[in-house]
Amino acid sequence: MIALDFPEINSILVWKDLFPSFNKIALIAVLAAVISITIFLLAVRQDHKEAPKGIRNFAEVIVEFIEDGVVMQTMGKEGLAWTPFLMTMFLFIYLCNVPGIIPFFQMPATARMAVPLFLALMVWVIYNVTGIKHQGIGGYLKSTLFPPGVPKALYILVTPIEFISAIIVRPFSLAVRLFANMMAGHILLVTFALLSEALFQAKDKILIPVGILPFFMLVFLTSFEVLVAFLQAYIFAMLTAVYIGGATHPEH
Amino acid sequence: MEAIAQLIAAEMTPAELKNNAAAASAGYAYGLAAIGPGIGIGYLVGKSVEAMARQPEAAGMVRTTMFLGIAFTEALALIGFVVFILLKFA
Repeated sequence: MIALDFPEINSILVWKDLFPSFNKIALIAVLAAVISITIFLLAVRQDHKEAPKGIRNFAEVIVEFIEDGVVMQTMGKEGLAWTPFLMTMFLFIYLCNVPGIIPFFQMPATARMAVPLFLALMVWVIYNVTGIKHQGIGGYLKSTLFPPGVPKALYILVTPIEFISAIIVRPFSLAVRLFANMMAGHILLVTFALLSEALFQAKDKILIPVGILPFFMLVFLTSFEVLVAFLQAYIFAMLTAVYIGGATHPEH
Repeated sequence: MEAIAQLIAAEMTPAELKNNAAAASAGYAYGLAAIGPGIGIGYLVGKSVEAMARQPEAAGMVRTTMFLGIAFTEALALIGFVVFILLKFA
């Protein structure tokens, strides 16, 4: 009835190189880093004794959001030193997610596995190193592999599970969660855009008004992606804080 | 009936058969993977709303924990989605 061919997965995800070894994904990642650095460099130039105005207000809103919404909820007061790291993570991931709905970019940089995988590996290294630094290598392994309050006989069962969950599953799920969410949103947008285009250009005149339905779905999904882009960045920062907090204070 | 018989009789190369099987099972992979997390997230959010309604002063803490729980539960469905992509396109 309708000739609708879903494009090859590579044609919606792989972009032509702008110049060798620098494609659109890399451009978005670089832009995300540059924009977030610029915001805070501009904000810090203002005199901090006067009332904040303009871009400094904006920067302070972000800092306060990370402090109240992420750090205080998971790590408490002593975790406030981690605010800059978590804020960098949050801003970078958010600015990588948001191009998925900005016209002409139309591609979240985090929908390529390389970006979330690298971020998750970085978080993995950081929380392990923090744990070893705070508790010593023996203490860290003891508190992760042998959680207190478990009957001795159950350690045969608990220790392998804890090992797999702390060493393998955590970074894997951290990376896959971000990747799959952004990828799923991107594929949904492509599907409904193609469907409405195919219906609007159908040979049967009766099909043309039907094309309004997938178009409304496209609009609805675009506004849904605004939420998802924010939520995924928030969850990534939150889980990072939880893992770091767990590595520094084993009793929680 | 004749059309179906023709379809069955039509010779398929092994590569085509494999593609068809992969495309069919990709749908099952995602559909089955979505059942458990769907029930889980519904239950989780429902209970969280109940808790927030009973104790509005604890709403902030409940919300944070709720998002964490959603993130962990949702990961299962998303792994199913990755399997879907791998079966369909790889």
